[in-house]
Amino acid sequence: MREVRVEEVTAAVRDACIEANVSLGVDHLAALRRALERERSPQGREVLEKLLENARVAREERVAFCQDTGYAVFFVEVGQEVHFTGGSLPEAIDEGVRRGYREGYLRKSIVKSPVERINTGDNTPATVYYEIVPGEALRFTVLIKGAGCDNMSALRMLTPAEGVEGMKRFVVETVERAGPNASPPVTVGVGIGGPFERAALLAKKALTRRSGEPNPDPAMAGLEREILEEINATGIGPAGYGGTETAIAVHIESAPTHIAAFPVAVNLDCHSHRTLSFEL
Amino acid sequence: MELRIPLSREDIEPLRSGDVVRLHGVLYTARDAAHARMKQALERGEPLPFDPEGQVIYYTGPAPAKPGHPIGPAGPTTASRMDPYAPLLIERGLRGMVGKGVRSREVVEAMRRHGCVYFGAVEGTAALLAKCVREAEVVAYEDLGAEAVRRLLVEDFPAVVINDLHGGDLYREGRERWRRR
Repeated sequence: MREVRVEEVTAAVRDACIEANVSLGVDHLAALRRALERERSPQGREVLEKLLENARVAREERVAFCQDTGYAVFFVEVGQEVHFTGGSLPEAIDEGVRRGYREGYLRKSIVKSPVERINTGDNTPATVYYEIVPGEALRFTVLIKGAGCDNMSALRMLTPAEGVEGMKRFVVETVERAGPNASPPVTVGVGIGGPFERAALLAKKALTRRSGEPNPDPAMAGLEREILEEINATGIGPAGYGGTETAIAVHIESAPTHIAAFPVAVNLDCHSHRTLSFEL
Repeated sequence: MELRIPLSREDIEPLRSGDVVRLHGVLYTARDAAHARMKQALERGEPLPFDPEGQVIYYTGPAPAKPGHPIGPAGPTTASRMDPYAPLLIERGLRGMVGKGVRSREVVEAMRRHGCVYFGAVEGTAALLAKCVREAEVVAYEDLGAEAVRRLLVEDFPAVVINDLHGGDLYREGRERWRRR
């Protein structure tokens, strides 16, 4: 049995919220630079150059690179041998978010209810998904998710007959329908399988993969490449001004599903792609 | 092209989709909740927080300012969320909107009829755009926090014309030009 003090969680979550918002990941920076090399539209290249310049300024000045510092979404893997002391884990995570958003000068964007729309003032509650794993590990992945791109996401329950072709078509259509609104070049998280809600969660989790890293299953990786190519043929381009680089990557995650089902969820992430992981 | 706000119809007449402009002068920030309140004010016959005539609205909800900065990071938000409200302001003389993403047919039609252009700023360049802001003050709805109406004094604010007065639409034209399927 391993004991973990929840204050440690709070401190690490605080730091992660700030870091993810002010410093674009090196993997994503590299992906944007590759997109700049490939982009053929002059206006598209200019947009990509601005994004890289913006990321540099934000990192140097320790300010957020996008004002929409979003939902703080956490995927937490908790070893079944871990015991938390000094308080509750969910409250410790919320306290970390509260401190990070206050001390990092990050925007508070969460309202208590979609109906009454009163801002909670501290960007809590965080959205947290827990997974129990064997052993004593404790791993956190944070995804900072703006609403502009999240709003353009979609889920569809395909029939098995619509199959893989239907899935590919739906993913490309979702990106096309989003157009400039999702702030391209986007990262496309695709979740297939499971029941309804699992597909959506897989699509979100797919966004936490390192930028452009293919699915380890070669068949899945092949689909990712094919869909990416189709998306980049739409012409939407950086910021939607027209161009060849509409998506940075397509990440597919899959789960077992029902004989009658083929759920497909598409969660889009803007070019300000913010995710990082840490272990305690 | 340099544009000094307030803008007249003559100032915006020559603009064409795809033109790169630099804005100088005052931008008023307003987004979802502020627009809802402005609509309420109009319905009750109360004055708006500012007279829209000749003005430009910037759809942004800035992050808090660090000490010593006039404003925090402030990039554009999705403009279509303000589509249900935009014609109310355009009819009252609004000359420009700055945001990101496509506008509805109704908004584009109101723009053409009353003389208003839609500018795109590059989303996700909030740290750079904040550097163009010299002064910032809340002028209304302070309780809305990031969504309050602010008066920003900007210099050299970079934008591109998305929808002009002549039917031009950079999003449509750009996409058609680079489409390969």
